[in-house]
Amino acid sequence: MMGKGLLSSDRARSFKERSGRVFLLLCALVSVATVLLISLFIFQQGLPMFGDVPVSQFLFSADWRPSGDPPSYGIASFIYASFVVTFLSLLLSTPIALAAAIYLAEFAKGRTATILRSSIELLAGIPSIIYGLFGIAVIVPAVRNTFGGNGYSLLAASIILAIMVLPTIINVSEVSIRAVGDELRQASVAMGATSWQTISRVVVPAARSGIITAIVLGLGRAVGETAAVLLVGGNAPIFPTSPISMGRTLTMNIVTDMSYAEGTHMSALFATAMLLFVFILALNLVVVSISRRSRMEA
Amino acid sequence: MIEHTGGHLFDVTDLNLWYGSVHALKDVSLAIDPNTVTAFIGPSGCGKSTFLRVLDRMNDLIDNVRITGDVIFDGHDVYRDYDTMELRRRVGMVFQKPNPFPMSIFDNVAYGPRLHGRPSKAELHETVERSLSQAALWDEVKDRLHKSALSLSGGQQQRLCIARTLAVNPDVVLMDEPTSALDPISTARIEELMTELKERYTIIVVTHNMQQASRVSDKTAFFLIDDKRCGYLVEYGDTADLFFNPKDKRTEDYISGKFG
Repeated sequence: MMGKGLLSSDRARSFKERSGRVFLLLCALVSVATVLLISLFIFQQGLPMFGDVPVSQFLFSADWRPSGDPPSYGIASFIYASFVVTFLSLLLSTPIALAAAIYLAEFAKGRTATILRSSIELLAGIPSIIYGLFGIAVIVPAVRNTFGGNGYSLLAASIILAIMVLPTIINVSEVSIRAVGDELRQASVAMGATSWQTISRVVVPAARSGIITAIVLGLGRAVGETAAVLLVGGNAPIFPTSPISMGRTLTMNIVTDMSYAEGTHMSALFATAMLLFVFILALNLVVVSISRRSRMEA
Repeated sequence: MIEHTGGHLFDVTDLNLWYGSVHALKDVSLAIDPNTVTAFIGPSGCGKSTFLRVLDRMNDLIDNVRITGDVIFDGHDVYRDYDTMELRRRVGMVFQKPNPFPMSIFDNVAYGPRLHGRPSKAELHETVERSLSQAALWDEVKDRLHKSALSLSGGQQQRLCIARTLAVNPDVVLMDEPTSALDPISTARIEELMTELKERYTIIVVTHNMQQASRVSDKTAFFLIDDKRCGYLVEYGDTADLFFNPKDKRTEDYISGKFG
């Protein structure tokens, strides 16, 4: 009698546990489902364009005249502008971010460290539109006064992006520098190395894979950023000839035209998003393979 | 190599050390002769590792360390006369856990020479080969110098760390429990190595293993902690005397396994 009662309460409990686990699994699957749906949706909307526009023209023509007769849908100048802006912003931010990460991981103590960390966190939380307004108020005039032109330029966009990706690169680099074992620092110092020699020859090389991951994550952030660059980049659908010239990135192109586009034009914007999406996926694969390789080395 | 006119290589007088307000070492005085193996033994927390780290100023890395007394190395005061980097080049250190850098075997050994100068490729190769040979590792790794040091076994890694230390031509090699993370066979090889190395270098080794001290060392220093957890030197002398003819009752008790 008693045995039977225990058994049935066991069974009830195991059913509850199992259904609880299934519920948690379903919630976890939401993100997987969303990624799948997004890619499905973007491809479904973007792919029809290639019925009207050949892939080579789409990727390699710098002629974007969706309301022309006949219309032309070449995004080469946007690809190039995205590339320039991303490259320049990483060029500007990586040295500063790396130096800041080294300072935070190796030297910062007490109040200084707290103040630095919270301001970096704050930097990460500021909405991108505010970065854009800051760019209009400060960076654009600075570029205008220093280099001439009207100031709205790929360079101004790059400077804003450089500031925006700082927290990403600093945080991920700092974590990987901290993860370098103290025994390596001791070994280096005991050989008569100065702390600078220890950092540059042992600690940073040992944290290399984490630092590369940090830069790749920053790259992803820079490529995808829209609002801030839209405000300061000039948004002219031309092929930029220098960092001082105005330009339109892939994201700017989508957001600018989407409000009125229809038909093939609209489909071309989705195809632009496809390109961005594939690029971000590829970056993620790079990050995964870097961290897998560094795990295998360790 | 330095000229010794029969004097001591290290001469420590009345050394006291505090971590903040904690008195960790009290009135330690001892002298170490060149080309010997000296062992520091004693129970955990007796300050033997702390004392070892006084000799190459590795305690400087810890905040709030205060040291009084004289530590004379080769005629000059370690804490007043030496450039710390130069001192640490001349007084090398091997740690408890093998800690090779995550780079190639060659680059590990070349690390020190590159720090302290701009050696040519030929010089560097010569130094790497000499150091690895002296650490009895050359034959095992000569065909894979450019493989990662982390691919070596624990015992090989520790010999690599010894080779890395030897590459800058130190006068002294400090070893902080260098075999406590190794298997018995690797331990035996490192012990052999200590005996070979004392012809060229002076070896000071901290060990938990009393048999090891009696096997490899010429002189032994026995440390203890008092009731305030402060380390002090009980007895220091020829290893044979200390093990078979201890002057102090506490040494005798420790060696015969009555405590510790």
